[in-house]
Amino acid sequence: MIRFDHVTKRYAPGAAPALDDVSLEIARGEFAFVVGKSGSGKSTLMRIALREQMPTDGEVMVAGHELRQMSSRQVPRLRREMGAVFQDFRLLPGKTVTQNVAFALQVIGKPRHAIRTLVPETLEMVGLADKGKRLPHELSGGEQQRVAIARAVVNKPQILLADEPTGNLDPATSLDIVQLLDRINRTGTTIVMATHDSAIVNEMRRRVVELQEGRVVRDVAEGTYTPERTTAEPASQDKPEAPVSWEPEPEEDFDPSAGYEGGA
Amino acid sequence: MRLGFILGEIWTGLRRNLSMAISVILVTMVSVFLLGLGMLAQRQADTMKGYWYDRIQVSIYMCTEGAPQPNCNEQAATDDQKATIESQLKAMPEVDQVFREDAQEAFDRFREQFRNSPIADTVQVGDIPESFRVKLKDPTKFAVVSSQFEGAPGVASVQDQEKVLKKFFQIINGVTVFALGLASLMAVCAALLMATTIRQAAFVRRREISIMRLVGASNRFIQTPFILEGVFAALIGSVLAGLAIVGIVQFFVQGYLTTALQSTTTLVGLGDALVVVPILVVVGAALAAASAGVAISRYLKV
Repeated sequence: MIRFDHVTKRYAPGAAPALDDVSLEIARGEFAFVVGKSGSGKSTLMRIALREQMPTDGEVMVAGHELRQMSSRQVPRLRREMGAVFQDFRLLPGKTVTQNVAFALQVIGKPRHAIRTLVPETLEMVGLADKGKRLPHELSGGEQQRVAIARAVVNKPQILLADEPTGNLDPATSLDIVQLLDRINRTGTTIVMATHDSAIVNEMRRRVVELQEGRVVRDVAEGTYTPERTTAEPASQDKPEAPVSWEPEPEEDFDPSAGYEGGA
Repeated sequence: MRLGFILGEIWTGLRRNLSMAISVILVTMVSVFLLGLGMLAQRQADTMKGYWYDRIQVSIYMCTEGAPQPNCNEQAATDDQKATIESQLKAMPEVDQVFREDAQEAFDRFREQFRNSPIADTVQVGDIPESFRVKLKDPTKFAVVSSQFEGAPGVASVQDQEKVLKKFFQIINGVTVFALGLASLMAVCAALLMATTIRQAAFVRRREISIMRLVGASNRFIQTPFILEGVFAALIGSVLAGLAIVGIVQFFVQGYLTTALQSTTTLVGLGDALVVVPILVVVGAALAAASAGVAISRYLKV
């Protein structure tokens, strides 16, 4: 469904690559987490898959489209087969929940009767059937993210990309959201979710692709947030500054959530 | 669905950006109005050409008392001289018709033409030269008449009407060039303003646009409301300009100028205005669509 073939992305010539020779294949119907620190290339990977960015080198295949050879006129067709959700929800503040979801169909020219059935159906699926007339600011963060998910899947895409969808949510709500994504995955939608949330990754036990400085350093089925061997060791969750014996480069930027294990 | 949705978007866009929309409307209106004036001036020139060429080609002015021309010796032309000229004119094969305008008629016409001017009170019968208005069978044979009567006793001057008209047409052409020059300057303003408006509208709607791109709306779908918004504003401006043109023809040219100039000349009428107006509307809309298209390709890259 998604294939990266020796993909390199440099934002400026000569700069360190955001993605460095990444090869990756995600099959139809799969649910994959992409993990890694900030700046490890997760978002770049997502943006390339959405063709918001072009790779500097390598081939990318998404839903049967060869992205490098695709003309900009064909991009809309690709995006209609994909859904995307983000950390910041990206809802239109002036439109109600129903209007926000319907908007995604209106702008691709779906007939009115299709919109009338698809929108309530999708809102029902994400559990917001009774909140259709609310405005985004009247909803909780979790509900807003559900609206964003509804908007992403209302056109029944083959692929759903989620770039840190739980980044702004509390742990319980995050789990609700991921369980919603899991349900969507079970209907056959391929899901790729970039995340920092180790609790969720460890809870779900799905495929984990770890990026580090733009390279794939780990790709395991039913994986955890950090390599299994370290889960056996005591996690140092309270004192990020303290020397960490198993960490080879202690001066590196330390993401507090990275050491947090088994939170669920 | 689509049409209603797009119209809704246009309306929201115009309302949100009302001051810019109004300025686009006004600038387009002025630009298109000037273009209309230029076109009317040209039609006026054509109308007059037809009118004059149908009537007089040559005027032979007779001497008046104290006339400055050396041929006159400050003497008024005698009746004998006038009669001679008239019979000679009538005998010429090139001449089609001869109208004689005597001093009283010339005076009356002058008074009528300049009745709103103080000069009318100072002239007397005899100050305005008596003249023969000659219509030629072939308007280009002016030289034949001119050479025969130039310097004849009692003749002050022979004027080729075409020469007088030429000067007049030059003035009209000058007005046209001026109007069209201003019109194109205003058109540049309109185009730049439109570009700024679209840039601003795109910024105001950047959230919607980013969502549209994300969910796979086609470029045309994203851009059409912006183009239509520009075209819509420009159409309003052009229609206003058209109304102004019709108003000017109806109330100024037909209502005022025609009575002011009496029947000395024909002026553009409503028919001319109605020919000009649709052209203006089309030009206005095309101008808007073109500048909006350029602006969008710069500020709305997809």
